[in-house]
Amino acid sequence: MEPVIKVSGVAAPLLRDNIDTDTIAPGQRRSQVGKARPLSYDARQLAEILFSAWRYDDADEENPEFVLNREPWRSARILIVGDNFGCGSSRETAVEALYHFGIRAVIGISFGEIFYNNCFKWGVVPVILPRTEVERLAAQAEERPDSVFEVDVEKQSLTKPDGGVLSYRIPELRRQQLLHGLDEIGMTLRMADEIQSFQDRQAVTKPWVHRR
Amino acid sequence: MTQPRTMFEKIWSDHVVQDLQDDFALIHVDRHIVHDLGGRGFGQLNDQKLTVRNPELTFATADHTVTTLIERFGVESRDNPFIENLRKNAEKFGFEFFDTPDDRHGIVHVLVPEQGLALPGMTLACGDSHSCTIGALGVLAWGIGQSELVHVLATQTSVQRKPKTMRIRLEGTLERWTTPKDVILHLIGKLGAAGGSGYAVEFCGPVIDAMPMEGRFTICNMAIEMGARFALIAPDETTISFLEGRPYAPAGAAWDAAVAQWRDLPSDEGATFDREFTLDVTGLSPQVTWGTSPQDVISVDDTIPLLDRYGDEGQRQSAKAALEYVALEPGRKMEGTPVDWVFIGSCTNARIGDLEAAASLARGRRVKDGVKAWVVPGSRGVKRSAEEKGLDRIFIEAGFHWGEPGCSLCGGSGGGMAEKVPQGQRILSTSNRNFVGRQGPGSRTHLASPLTAVATAIRGRIADVRHLGDE
Repeated sequence: MEPVIKVSGVAAPLLRDNIDTDTIAPGQRRSQVGKARPLSYDARQLAEILFSAWRYDDADEENPEFVLNREPWRSARILIVGDNFGCGSSRETAVEALYHFGIRAVIGISFGEIFYNNCFKWGVVPVILPRTEVERLAAQAEERPDSVFEVDVEKQSLTKPDGGVLSYRIPELRRQQLLHGLDEIGMTLRMADEIQSFQDRQAVTKPWVHRR
Repeated sequence: MTQPRTMFEKIWSDHVVQDLQDDFALIHVDRHIVHDLGGRGFGQLNDQKLTVRNPELTFATADHTVTTLIERFGVESRDNPFIENLRKNAEKFGFEFFDTPDDRHGIVHVLVPEQGLALPGMTLACGDSHSCTIGALGVLAWGIGQSELVHVLATQTSVQRKPKTMRIRLEGTLERWTTPKDVILHLIGKLGAAGGSGYAVEFCGPVIDAMPMEGRFTICNMAIEMGARFALIAPDETTISFLEGRPYAPAGAAWDAAVAQWRDLPSDEGATFDREFTLDVTGLSPQVTWGTSPQDVISVDDTIPLLDRYGDEGQRQSAKAALEYVALEPGRKMEGTPVDWVFIGSCTNARIGDLEAAASLARGRRVKDGVKAWVVPGSRGVKRSAEEKGLDRIFIEAGFHWGEPGCSLCGGSGGGMAEKVPQGQRILSTSNRNFVGRQGPGSRTHLASPLTAVATAIRGRIADVRHLGDE
C-alpha cells in the first residue's frame, strides 16, 4: 500500500444513511447478470461495479442524476456520506471499488466496522464527524461543486473550502499504517515467535483447540 | 478478589498474543473458516509468496455460489470456478474442505455448530459478516474482509480493536406465533442498523435461557444487522447438550475437562457493560421489514411509517429512497401486499427447527398459484434429517420447491450467481438482508420468520400467521 498523507479534491455528496456494501459493490453490474462472474475482478471492473445499481439504469445507460455521473464529481476524490456507511457484508470489493473509481477519503457520521477496517488495507481514509458537520459539508459541496476539501492524515484535520478546519480521529495504529503504507502481514510475521509460544501454551491449557 | 469480568473480556484476554497499544491487540484465531467467495484470498496469498500457517485450524465449505437446484446439483458444481478454486487450494495447503458432495457440506454458520468445529471460549474468524452467528455457542466469532482473511491464513492471528460491551436482556415470554426471528428484527428496529456498532453484544435473560440453540443462532446471526460484529450467549446446559457427541467436539476425559472450563465462561456477577438494554417480548407480534435496511421493520399488522416521522435529512432521504425502491407508500399496511416469491432458508433460518415449524404450518395447505416458494436447508445434515422426518414430502405436496443446501436466494449468488429474484419482483424471505439488489438486481425483499413465510406463501400476500394458524 502507498503511504497516504493528504487527500484533496472535490467532494461528492451522497447523504443517505445505511448505504450497505451490496449497494456500494454489487456482485455484478446489471448488464452482466446471467453471465458467469469472474473469479476476481480487475481494476476497471471494480471501478465499474461501484454503486452500479444507482449509476446505471435498466437499459445499462448512465443515470445522469446520480452524483458520480455529474461533473465535477466524476473525478471526485472524496465522498460525503451519512450514518453507518458500508454496513452489511464483509466484501472488501466495496473499498476496492471506491479506490479504483478514484475515491481516497470518505467523510461520514459512522461506518460499518468491517468496511472501516477494510479501508486501511487500501489507503482510503474514513473520516468520522458529527451529523451536523457532515450535513453542512454536504450542503457546501452541493452549492459549490468545484470547492476543494483537504483531508490531512498527519494532523487528523479536514480543511473546508472556506478555510475552516475540523478535526477528526482515527486510531493511532491505523493512522501509522496510512502514513507509512505499512504491510500488516509482514509486521505480524515478525511476531512468529510470540504466536508459536501462544499456541504451545494453548495446546496445554486447551488441548481441544489443537487437533493434531 | 479479582474484578468481575464479562464473558467477552474473558475470551478476549485469553486470546491476546500481543498487546498493540491504543486498545488494539493481535488476537489468536482458533478456527478459521473459508468459503467459496473468499477464495480470491488464496490468489493474494500466492502472489505474496505466503503459506497457510495452521492448515489444521483452517476449514472450508462452498456455500455462497453452490447451486441449490436439485436438478443441477453435481453437474454445475464441477465447473463452478469458485468451488474449483477452493478445492485446488485445500489440496495445495492441506486444510479440510467440506466439498459439495460431502455428507457434511453446508452453509458455514450451519455447518460449524453441526460439526462441533467451534466450541465455547474459542475464537473464530471467517470472511463473512454473519460469523457472529457462532457467538450463540459462547464463541468469540467475527467477520473479516479479504485482506484480513489473508492475514489470518498467513499468521493464524488477526489485528483487532477491542470493542465496547453491551448486554441485551430479553424478558417475558414469546407469544405462540412469535419466533426468535421476530425478536431480533424488532430489536434491530429499536436500536437501529448502527445501534450495536462498536460493541460486542451479549444476549441474556429468561427468553434466551428457555430458547433452543437454533433460536439462539438466529438471534446472534442478525447482530451484524444492528452493526455489532460480535454477539455472544453464555454456554449453559442447552449449549453443552447440543455439542456433546459432535464429530469435532472432544470426547471422554477431554470433554469433561473442556466442559469444566466452559462453566467459568459466563459473565461474572457484578460485571459491568458499557451499555445495557432490556426488552420485554411479551405481546410482541410477528415482524416484517418494509424498506431496504433491516431496521425498517414493523409488526405485520402495522402500517409503514410516514416520512415526516424522520427528523434527520439523511434518514428521511433513506426512507424515501427505500419506499421508491420497494414500490410501497407510507401509511400503507404491510399485511395483504402481494408477493411473487417466498424463500425459507439462509444462515438465519435454515436449521431443522425452522423447517419443522414451517412444515407443521404447511402441512395440508397449498402455496398460492403463481407464487414461487423455495425451501432450502442449511446443510446436508439438515436436509437428511428433514427427509427422515418426511418434511420434504410435506413441502413438495404443498407446492414448495425443495432445494439442495447453500446460501441460495439469500444473496443472489447461488448457482454461480444464477439463482436470483428477477427485476421488480417481490419476495418474503427468512434471510437477513433486504438491501437494494441483494436477492437480484431490482428485487424487493421483505424479511420475516419462517412461520410468516409459510403463511405468506399460502395466501400469496404478506400474511399475519396468527390468523392462518388459528384456521
